[in-house]
Amino acid sequence: MLNFSRWAVFAIILPLAIGVLCAVPSFLPDSVVTKLPGFMQTRVNLGLDLSGGSHLLLEASTQDVAKQRLTNMEEQVRTELRRGDPRIAIGDISSRDGKLSFMVRDPSQVDAAVERIRPLTQGAGLTGQRDFNVEVVNSSTIVITPTEAGIKNAVKSAMEVSTEVIRRRIDEMGTREPTIQQQGDNRIVVQVPGLQDPKALKALLGQTAKLEFKLVDTTANPSEVAQGRAPVGSEVLPYVNNPSGVPFIAVKRQVMVSGEDLTDATQGYDQSNQAIVNIRFNSSGGRKFGQVTSQNVNRPFAIILDGKVLSAPNINEPILGGSAQVSGSFTVESANQLAIALRSGKLPVNFVVVEERTVGPGLGADSIRAGLIASVVAVVAVAVFMFVSYGRFGMYANLAVAINVLVILGVMGILGATLTLPGIAGFVLTIGTAVDANVLIYERIREERRRGRNVVAAIEHGYKEASRTIFEANVTHAIAGGIMLALGSGPVKGFAIVLLIGIATSVFTAVTFTRMVVANWVRRTRPTDIHI
Amino acid sequence: MKLLKLVPDNTNIGFVAIRKWAFALTALLTVLAVGATAHKGLNLGVDFVGGLMIEAKFPQAVDTDKVRSTIGRLGVGESSLQQFGDANTVQIRLPLPDQGGAGAANAVVEKTRQAMVAQFPGVTFSRYDTVSGKVSGELIQNGVLAVVLAILGIAVFSWFRYEWQFGVSTFVAIVHDVLMTLGFFAITQLEFDLNIIAAVLTIVGYSINDKMVIDDRIRENMRKYRKMDMKALIDLSVNETLPRTVMTSVTILLALGALLLLGGHVLRGFTAAMMLGIIVGTYSSVYVSSSLLISLGLTPQTSDKKAAKKGDYAGTAERVGPRDDGAKP
Repeated sequence: MLNFSRWAVFAIILPLAIGVLCAVPSFLPDSVVTKLPGFMQTRVNLGLDLSGGSHLLLEASTQDVAKQRLTNMEEQVRTELRRGDPRIAIGDISSRDGKLSFMVRDPSQVDAAVERIRPLTQGAGLTGQRDFNVEVVNSSTIVITPTEAGIKNAVKSAMEVSTEVIRRRIDEMGTREPTIQQQGDNRIVVQVPGLQDPKALKALLGQTAKLEFKLVDTTANPSEVAQGRAPVGSEVLPYVNNPSGVPFIAVKRQVMVSGEDLTDATQGYDQSNQAIVNIRFNSSGGRKFGQVTSQNVNRPFAIILDGKVLSAPNINEPILGGSAQVSGSFTVESANQLAIALRSGKLPVNFVVVEERTVGPGLGADSIRAGLIASVVAVVAVAVFMFVSYGRFGMYANLAVAINVLVILGVMGILGATLTLPGIAGFVLTIGTAVDANVLIYERIREERRRGRNVVAAIEHGYKEASRTIFEANVTHAIAGGIMLALGSGPVKGFAIVLLIGIATSVFTAVTFTRMVVANWVRRTRPTDIHI
Repeated sequence: MKLLKLVPDNTNIGFVAIRKWAFALTALLTVLAVGATAHKGLNLGVDFVGGLMIEAKFPQAVDTDKVRSTIGRLGVGESSLQQFGDANTVQIRLPLPDQGGAGAANAVVEKTRQAMVAQFPGVTFSRYDTVSGKVSGELIQNGVLAVVLAILGIAVFSWFRYEWQFGVSTFVAIVHDVLMTLGFFAITQLEFDLNIIAAVLTIVGYSINDKMVIDDRIRENMRKYRKMDMKALIDLSVNETLPRTVMTSVTILLALGALLLLGGHVLRGFTAAMMLGIIVGTYSSVYVSSSLLISLGLTPQTSDKKAAKKGDYAGTAERVGPRDDGAKP
């Protein structure tokens, strides 16, 4: 065991050197790191508990998605059957208990109706699974039921779109390095370092930003509107700022132009210095808007956001330039938020904040300082203790621990892992395990010496016997760490990451590396007795 | 230089002889811990019960009763206050509003902030957490699951690796360690939150580590001294590994002590739990789990049978660690 070939030495030193090198950027200031080449920018991210900032856990309402799909389906069925050729008359449309059912007036057309609906219910996926089941009940009623797989797919795609939309919205806020990640089936984690007051962030994520322009139904009877009844082809929507005092207004169901046709939205001011949002349509949206406004001069239209009417201005002249103003009692801040939300697209589903954690920068800085001081003191205490107990060998162990700490930081940097407060505790404990490995080895060497083995044999035996125990102990640790990583959330995870990386690196530094150092020393000095 | 030896050479303490006393004491303490947990309950953090937690930092020491009455006037539900870290920092816990979802929780934080700033100028909220009931339920579930799975996984590992007696004795000792830790939290009423789950898992890992080292030595000695009486053999093994057990525990306690005193108030509960766990774990390794092997009927013959059955298994175990990579002597 005393001879390490040149290759073996190289194979031990190289990974350690790379690990240590990767830890270096974590200690350099921002300005230096950005000048380094990309592969050297391996920095450990600080968790929110250390850097300060906001953590939000958003949950999408899956029922919303299901409901939305059913509404869309209803709309599609109407268009397909009523507008198609031949026209199929239907009635009694209702969507209850998550099912859509309607009656075909002429029983002889039922089969034709089913044929026409069939293509709408086909999933987009390649698996050939249906998104909806279609069945005929009582020979004239058609029931459309969404399938499990269909809902699952819809939620999945809604979550993908939402993650993207949320990312765009937060990027627009100009915050640095946010983390946006989907968690589980219907949750999204948003972490924004340095953000002190997540109020604006929550307001921004809270609106779905579905913008629609619809004509106001001026034929509606005001007293009926107040009771929530609208003429055929129209609907009653809430309108809080209605100058007439009634908080409702009747608008045509048909959409003039919607937010999908937007290319840009910016905050601005109107003539009376009120905050507004300027929007710009794409060419087809601009054409539609121009057409409708030309045909409806001197009639009002409604600007609707997330199902609520913001304002209902009069069309004074055709609006042909492809741009428009959205007014509606905004503050500069809320107009700006709406502009961001419109630019980034609408969220396909509603989100609720189910968990929120905010750490102030002061506390974060305190925690870093306390954590650092404690770590340094812990390391020094352990190092002194090791030296006092094992002399020269203790110093070898200390060297191994120092390298180990740097390598863990380096590996975390390479993996882009996050260091949290429990992570620091994980560090201290890793130091403990690494030292334990050396203690096991050295105690064994002491024992073997007492039994009368010579120096070389004692060292060889000590490493061999202890290695087995160390391996077993680390497997059990890895089991615990793996479970923490799989099941834990937040702090537990941060702890487990450091622990797992530490298990891997500490075996290497505490066993292989020290063995090489010890072997080197023994070969050079050929001691007849060792002080251990 | 004379090197420090915490445990003198050739120490021989009769751990097995006093096992009845150790079992009785252990059983008594465990019952007390369980009783305390059942009677006083754990001071569960917002992570596990849901709600709102605000950590407020005042420019100078503050009277918690005054803070309580200020919040009481707001009508946001019953608050519970705790001095935290130092006299200037107070942790305020509030229930989540029943209705209104996320916006309502936000409104409560705002309302509290305004009232506090009006009453105590210069106060800042250095941290606040809002956890909904749904999420907290899942966190509890996952936390408990993690601990249970970790214990089972490790017990199964040591059962496959050695004889079943080792698996059972380890399992019993680990359950004891966890129960003692729970009892500690019940008695001190320190907040039990997600961090503590990490601490409990680490305690489990460490305690197992201790037991593995001793079990490994017992197995080694069983192969070496086939004729030796089991009681003498276990005493020998525990004593042989005692220097390492003590050294490691002291080292880790040193590191944790630094963290406890200097690591800041956020980590205090975490480190306290860990220190207690290390002490309890070391105790159960030395006094309980190895002596329990005798009560479970471990004899040298059981080991022989297993070795015969899985002859090459033990053989490969010898070569698990890095031994000869590189060159022959």
